Amino acid sequence: MKVLYSWLKEYVDIDIEPKELESKLFSVGFEVEGMEYLGENLEKVVVGQITSMEKYEGTHLQICHVNCGPMGEDHLILTGATNVFVGAKVPAALVGAKLPCGLDIQPRKMVDMISYGMLCSGEEMNLNKDWYPGADVNGIMILAEDAPLGMEMRDYLELDDYLFDISITANRPDCHSVIGIAKEIAAALKKPFKAPDMSYVEDGTINENISVEVLDKETCPRYLGHYIYDVKYTESPLWMKRRLIAVGHNAINAMVDVTNYVLVEIGQPMHAFDLNDLEGSSIVVRRATEGEKLTTLDEKERVLNTNNLLICDKVKAVGLAGVMGGLNSEIKETTTEVLFESAKFLRDSVRKTARGLGLQSDAASRFEKGIDEYTVECGMARALNLVQKLGIAKVSSSHFDVSGGASTEKRVINVQTAKVNDVLGIEVPEKDMVEILEALQFEVELKDGVLTLAVPRYRDDVETYQDIAEEVIREYGYDKVVPTFLDAAKVTSGGLNAYQAKELAVKEYLCNQGYYEIQTIAMTAKNEFDMFLIPEDAEERKVVELLNPITENLSIMRTIMAPSMVRVIENNIKNGHEEMRFFEMANVYLPKALPLTEAPVEKKMLCLGSCGASEDFFSMKGTLESFAGANDLTFTYKRGNVAYLHPGRTAEVYCKGQKIGHFGQLRYEIVDNMNIAGGKKADTKIFIAEIDYSVLAGLFKSGIKYVPESGFAGNSRDISLLIGKEVECGSIVDAITACDELITKVTLFDLFESEKLGADKKSMAFNIKLASAEKDVTDAMTDEVIAKVLKALETQFSAQMRA
Amino acid sequence: MNMDAIKAGIKEALALVEDAKQLADFWAKYFGKGGEIQKLMAGIKKVPNEEKKAYGQAVNEVKVLAQELYDAKKVEIEKKAMLARYEAETLDVTLPASGNGAGNLHPLTCIKNEIIDVFAGMGFDIFEGPEIEDDDHNFTRLNVLKDHPSRDMQDTFWLTDELLLRTHTSPGQIRVMDNQAPPIKVLVPGKVFRSDSDATHSPMFSQMEGLVVDEHITLCDLQGMLDQFVKALFSGEVKTRLRPSYFPFTEPSVEVDVSCFKCGGKGCSLCKGTGWIEVLGGGIVNNKVLENCNVDPDKYSGLAFGIGIERIAMLKYGINHMGKLFENDIEFLKQFKA
Repeated sequence: MKVLYSWLKEYVDIDIEPKELESKLFSVGFEVEGMEYLGENLEKVVVGQITSMEKYEGTHLQICHVNCGPMGEDHLILTGATNVFVGAKVPAALVGAKLPCGLDIQPRKMVDMISYGMLCSGEEMNLNKDWYPGADVNGIMILAEDAPLGMEMRDYLELDDYLFDISITANRPDCHSVIGIAKEIAAALKKPFKAPDMSYVEDGTINENISVEVLDKETCPRYLGHYIYDVKYTESPLWMKRRLIAVGHNAINAMVDVTNYVLVEIGQPMHAFDLNDLEGSSIVVRRATEGEKLTTLDEKERVLNTNNLLICDKVKAVGLAGVMGGLNSEIKETTTEVLFESAKFLRDSVRKTARGLGLQSDAASRFEKGIDEYTVECGMARALNLVQKLGIAKVSSSHFDVSGGASTEKRVINVQTAKVNDVLGIEVPEKDMVEILEALQFEVELKDGVLTLAVPRYRDDVETYQDIAEEVIREYGYDKVVPTFLDAAKVTSGGLNAYQAKELAVKEYLCNQGYYEIQTIAMTAKNEFDMFLIPEDAEERKVVELLNPITENLSIMRTIMAPSMVRVIENNIKNGHEEMRFFEMANVYLPKALPLTEAPVEKKMLCLGSCGASEDFFSMKGTLESFAGANDLTFTYKRGNVAYLHPGRTAEVYCKGQKIGHFGQLRYEIVDNMNIAGGKKADTKIFIAEIDYSVLAGLFKSGIKYVPESGFAGNSRDISLLIGKEVECGSIVDAITACDELITKVTLFDLFESEKLGADKKSMAFNIKLASAEKDVTDAMTDEVIAKVLKALETQFSAQMRA
Repeated sequence: MNMDAIKAGIKEALALVEDAKQLADFWAKYFGKGGEIQKLMAGIKKVPNEEKKAYGQAVNEVKVLAQELYDAKKVEIEKKAMLARYEAETLDVTLPASGNGAGNLHPLTCIKNEIIDVFAGMGFDIFEGPEIEDDDHNFTRLNVLKDHPSRDMQDTFWLTDELLLRTHTSPGQIRVMDNQAPPIKVLVPGKVFRSDSDATHSPMFSQMEGLVVDEHITLCDLQGMLDQFVKALFSGEVKTRLRPSYFPFTEPSVEVDVSCFKCGGKGCSLCKGTGWIEVLGGGIVNNKVLENCNVDPDKYSGLAFGIGIERIAMLKYGINHMGKLFENDIEFLKQFKA
């Protein structure tokens, strides 16, 4: 909300400096986001009069003698402008002056003479013609004859003023107005609020032809109309134009300026219809029919639907209710009769219409915040008052008031003062509560600890004792709150539960393994699936889509973690980093059905990513193994197939019989498409693991229990095999382990291939550990088991024992 | 036999021994089968009986001497060999190490953990709700009604007419109160989403909701508790200031500022000259919210607050652009080791 200091001062005696006012407003809940001094950089520019003038021969310059009264009666100033004349009053920037255009005025040599100042144009003072007539001429701004000599232009132009930009919270739509803010200042400064003059005299004229009808009273619960005539098409006075311009409106014509003035001052959007354009002199408020058209004041044709509320006459639409008037009924030179509109339209309806049509207006943004019926009444009264005061029309007695039936009485609520103090935790004396609430325009009666309050009609936000507590404390002062540390609250135990503590421990373990935690955005692009070679019919492509994404790149909720991990690695490579290990723990979002009928599954995933000269498939596997070991879990691995991973370097990971994820090397095709230097691509190997943490979390053991060692001697034996190259280590280990229950552990300790062994063979050496909980494992027993093992390996894999 | 000459010979021979091989040769020569000592022993046969005793003693002396000298030499040689091995195995200890070093948690996790630690000490549980919420939990039951302009305070990503990406962690309040009777002290950390993206906004960010519901909870408690919190998080010198604000789910609502921990309140670039920094919003739980969760507002009252984790991280660590937090450059991440 933009508001002028001087405008506020009209309705409350502000006896503090603007800077202090800013902090006062702040303390009662109105943050001043900007405070601008209108006369900024306009100093020592004064009213002067040209007393004599001669042409500077051989140049285009005029030599002027300028009388600035008390600021010096004879200043020698040269100007190149041609519109000056002897006797003209002009803005004279004297030596030492500052101008908003950035100029600092010093004695200046022009050809062979020195000019002691500068005569100014409107533009040089940042003015337009609405602020001062003639400010737009190409040349020096000529001032009115009665301009007082020597007066600072800043004062003469009423620029010694401040523009406040105040942020208004959503519960206070009434404060989107000068009077709303003025009332708050009055309460904060404990000064009376002086309401604007809303009086007017109806002249008894009645126009029998006019009718006002509201067909949708739910969306338009109040509609006031007033007929005015003998309208003069003219400019509004300077003071009104200046106020409007200062707060960001354009001056248009007196009638339209009045409606804008009322919008800013009272907070009520008004509209003025040219009555001659209203067929049958009638107003009908109704919903649009599907496909109905209206050309709005911005000269655009709008195609409407039944959600749009319209102001119409007997045959056609003349305005989009609360959003913008129609071009067909605007105020123009020929306008002689006007019907003023001051109405309440429901905020949701206005918002939907404005957003639906992509049409924003000051009126719409005001209606969207919420209008109360009191403001509707004040708006009309003030508009009629101004029309009469400016003499731009005659005020008839034809007044129309269509109401949906809401009461125009103030709401009355009862509040116990003890309840207010219970909320605050301090004892605010009842006397102070009464004073505060009265200053905020409540009518207050206090009896036996109960406040009976008539609530101002513009305060829809006040209903309960909690609301009153807020009103009281923001005026009484938050600095009076005495901090207490939950004195009355019961003692509770707190902290992370086992699941949360484990999750943190998992993260910390990975950090200790050299992994950095990353956090990436949960939304991604649909085409990410193409880049990651996910087949068209894959489950991963069943995604939760945003209805209103900011960009296509963040338009779906991710179903896999790898792409965002890969992007982070890509960026780090691009930034010149070579070695990296990252992890992220975050959700993927899996719809139960599409289109979405219920909330999707949020599955917590643990994603690892690594890249660099010291990273390979087995370093990542090593991380998983040590992670498993640290948590007393056993992971097993099977060759796997994942669309974006190397077909020969992908493993599925299992734990306690459940698949918990996969890992492997990122496909080269994806690396090739990455945004990194071409030379690096061939060598870049990226390893990715995606672990379903929601499953893994259920597999962690829940406590430690000591099992005594058996005390029986175990045994151990090494075997060395010649075996086909294609046989995978995992299947050999599985086969060995399956041979006898005495076998507790099988470990590969040597692997080599050579020409001597043959191109299709390899040598593998395993250590086999045997143990029993019931007896010692003797050499004889071991021999027996090993014989079984060798037989099995020979049968299954044609493996031969090597000497 | 001149025993002295033999002794001298032994000494001489051992003096020439320099390594294990030569020492073994010496041993073989003197103590080995058919070695010098054996020969001397065998010589006793030719010695007259009356001299046998003296001869035996003399031979024994030689043997003992040889053994002693041999043992000493052995120790000397072993020592020398060990020294040589150490010499040979000497490393450039300043060469780089193998292994990956240690990573660390993301700064947002660090801040989240710090906040949790402070409130856990005050008896707060931690609850994590879903990131995809419905209108009911995210808005309506929090008293953010359908046609109210307060809905515009948060630019919402919608999935359907009813489902949305939660715009704040406040729905956690509803979920906790639905499942637990007072006394309640709970923190709700999590990711939240708003359709906003610039230097100070990311479409996804993190919040931490706090809720206390019990008998006689007041605005004084809110400030007292937050005082403890900001002292723990920033420094013992930091003070809080409440000022009026508006949230539909609290009444009264406040913004909580802390005195600038950089300049101590004198005014600097961090606090934009005001001496105060806005860190969180909160208030007394609106009775309508309690009623929406079947908590009796005549018996219980509550306080709630919401902290922006990114904002705290940026303030505390001096990070100037929110985007850095989601870029995950390793040089950036490395700086957040505890």
